Amino acid sequence: MFKDLITNLFTNYYETVAVIIFGIGFTTLLLNKNLIKKIIGFNLMDNAVYLFLASKGYVEGRKAPIVVNNVMDVNAYINPIPAGLVLTGIVVSVSVTAIMLALTVKLYRRYHTLDIDEIAIISRKGGI
Amino acid sequence: MSKLKENYKDSFSQKFSDFMTGDLEVPDSIHARKKQDRVDKIVEADQFFSEFTTSDDIQRRELYQAFKHRRFVKHANKIYSIMSAVIGLIIIIILLITVAYLPEFGNKSNPDNNVVSQRYIENGLEETGAVNIVSGMILDYRAFDTFGESNVLFIACCCVLILLRNDDDEINPDEDVIDFKRDIILEKAAKFLVPVILVFGIYVVLNGHLSPGGGFSGGAIMGAGLILFANAYGFERMERLFSYSTFKKITFGALLFYGVAKSYSFFTGANHLHSIIPLGTPGAILSSGLILYLNICVGLVVACTMYGFFALFKRGRI
Amino acid sequence: MPVFHIILLGLLIVCAIAACTSRKLINSVVIFMSFSLVMCVIWFLLESPDLAITEAAVGAGVTSILFFLVLRKINALNAYDADDEEDEDYKNKIIESESESHE
Repeated sequence: MFKDLITNLFTNYYETVAVIIFGIGFTTLLLNKNLIKKIIGFNLMDNAVYLFLASKGYVEGRKAPIVVNNVMDVNAYINPIPAGLVLTGIVVSVSVTAIMLALTVKLYRRYHTLDIDEIAIISRKGGI
Repeated sequence: MSKLKENYKDSFSQKFSDFMTGDLEVPDSIHARKKQDRVDKIVEADQFFSEFTTSDDIQRRELYQAFKHRRFVKHANKIYSIMSAVIGLIIIIILLITVAYLPEFGNKSNPDNNVVSQRYIENGLEETGAVNIVSGMILDYRAFDTFGESNVLFIACCCVLILLRNDDDEINPDEDVIDFKRDIILEKAAKFLVPVILVFGIYVVLNGHLSPGGGFSGGAIMGAGLILFANAYGFERMERLFSYSTFKKITFGALLFYGVAKSYSFFTGANHLHSIIPLGTPGAILSSGLILYLNICVGLVVACTMYGFFALFKRGRI
Repeated sequence: MPVFHIILLGLLIVCAIAACTSRKLINSVVIFMSFSLVMCVIWFLLESPDLAITEAAVGAGVTSILFFLVLRKINALNAYDADDEEDEDYKNKIIESESESHE
């Protein structure tokens, strides 16, 4: 049973790595107080999800979905749907990153620190 | 010898060649004066900030520093970090167990290689005319999704504009000239690289339905070229090519064209099979109906947004 | 299991851990940039060249530029993501490096 699970993990090695990177990004979001590090962790999670999706669409021995020599057979090309989904996702993740960085700049101008705990305590109304 | 036109100096080609080769000569004395202005501005800004951060804030910061070094807070922080590491590990383990039960990687009989992708591959070329199936998929079958996404980019740029806008009227309009330092290596490298990058971006956009690429990739490449130019030559020369009004016109025009071009499908019963625009021969540059024009629109929006992000972060306005 | 894939995936994990644990902010941004480049090669191996081009222009180009601009804007190019106990050490280090650069 356990041995089977390990073998499956090594067969699905792309998904395994994607999941591990997702965990690393999530741990960074929890563990780091620095806002820039949190944004980097968020981007790592983004990239892990894209890697997972794209690896689900891959089929061994098939080519990229661009028609060559009028061959329109399913067995010639990989699945185009995850590629389309991820393509839109990558560009949206840039705009999300830009908005988060703009908020970071605003917070730094007001509180002169990047530490999220310090910001939370300074901005509290009733004192510590 | 060909005769020069009378209005050659005002013509577009002269402006373009000025823009590509002309030097921006700023005498040293002006530089020095502006630098002094800049220093004064910074001092003023510092005073402004010190007024802005009230004594209450400073007091609270000191309180926080004392609070941070108390023993129980340290212990709590330690427990918090251990707990978060444990939670991260637990999440990784749960997801790994899930991955172990997933179907085999790269197997062609996986459940996600179903009838949908089969239809896209087998009928995509006939129905959309695009050789690149991904391009045909995101700009024909799911064109409204891409439209929404271009709007997301535009709205993100507006949000950053609201957050980082420099609405201080007293700021020197020539501030960009001072803020930027000429670098001879960067200038010479940019002179060779920027045209190549821009042309490559345009190539990728125009061949989006024939080869890998499309609006998103080509637009990002063009945006990177614009960013390199602005970095090498400063914003004053950049504004000859790309100013705020250009940004407004291009983005608005592209989004409007996209919206209008796609809303025609409502009048044909939301069915793309009987499109008015001929599909052409697959493989030719003027083929695949609307996809080429939509690709250009998306590429323009993405390029404007990327450059807009850069300009907003660098100096507070586009 | 092809060897090249395994090497690249290992590099991904190493880059992710290094970006999260490195002390200097600018180092973690540069490491994140290299993470994007490795991702770009992996898209090619997964037969999605569209994604590879986009990732190379967006992930390694624009995102990193935005991070650098923000770090410059908030004067954090030399800042450390310091822990509580080692605060003083890092402050001393910064002061030393600044005095060296002045000399």
